[in-house]
Amino acid sequence: MSDEIIKKVQSEYLKKDIPQFKAGDTVRVHLRIVESGKTRTQVFQGIVISRRGSGTDETFTVRKIAAGHIGVERIFPLHAKTIEKIEVVSRGKVRRAKLTYLRGRVGKAAKVKELRTAKKSSK
Amino acid sequence: MIGLLGKKVGMTTIFTDDGRRVPVTVLEAGPCKVVQVKSPENDGYAAIQLGYEPIKPKKANKPLLGHFKKAGTEPFRKLKEFTVEDVSEKFEIGQEIKASDIFKEGELVDCTGVSKGKGFQGVVRRHKFGGGPKTHGQADKFRAPGSIGASSFPSRVVKGLRMAGHMGNRTVTVRGLKIMKILEDDNIILVKGTIAGPKGGYVVIRRSKKKAK
Repeated sequence: MSDEIIKKVQSEYLKKDIPQFKAGDTVRVHLRIVESGKTRTQVFQGIVISRRGSGTDETFTVRKIAAGHIGVERIFPLHAKTIEKIEVVSRGKVRRAKLTYLRGRVGKAAKVKELRTAKKSSK
Repeated sequence: MIGLLGKKVGMTTIFTDDGRRVPVTVLEAGPCKVVQVKSPENDGYAAIQLGYEPIKPKKANKPLLGHFKKAGTEPFRKLKEFTVEDVSEKFEIGQEIKASDIFKEGELVDCTGVSKGKGFQGVVRRHKFGGGPKTHGQADKFRAPGSIGASSFPSRVVKGLRMAGHMGNRTVTVRGLKIMKILEDDNIILVKGTIAGPKGGYVVIRRSKKKAK
């Protein structure tokens, strides 16, 4: 009963146009940023290393290697209004839901293999 | 201060239009019925008594049943009196009060609940004491409170000293919580922040003495 009420409360805030993606996928997150009255869009691209939670509480973590080989991770609420769009760049071939092991890796070892679907490989 | 009786449903997250993420407590507020109206002429002060959550007549005891019979309402599980400061607000016996009748979005409210009981707890958990050192030959004083006072003077422990004891299960009021949203049809209000008590715990929601900024 109480769960139903909470779901109803959340339903208004849930986005419906979120693409399917999971840990290992590479995504481009388009963020709306308001700076001194002006609005602009910033893109954060990286590998999704985790998804957690449900409903409006759901978040995902994106890790990228920034300039100077510095790992940068950002945690986004999946349904945040500041996220304009999430683009899936490529699908990753991974065997776990949380890719925290990437944190300890550098260079080529920190890469995730791309998932090749049947359609692509038939070419 | 006029208010309503309600129940804590749980907590969740909502997003504001300017993109902020807000933690909210979901409360079922009312509907309550006026069971008794107290007036300055009769009782010396102005107040209303509200009933919340109807129950079967056989669940109420006889004296209370008589009270509800007099009001002409069904029996309620919870009764609570609220003083009426604003005399222009008129209430009648049997009148149903909903969340949307007395609260508005953006207003501040005070919420009173009974916190979860934690049982008998030591000073580390109950009062956030540091406990003793964990190393350097320490043997048996890991979570002890330490000294509780001087010796021959005053030869007693001062009153109110923080010690181990029962924790939780007490009435806690959180003031100045902002109403983020009211769902009129479901008698649901969303309040920013946390409120003491478990899901399903009874909560008293009053208009706040604090003013909205």
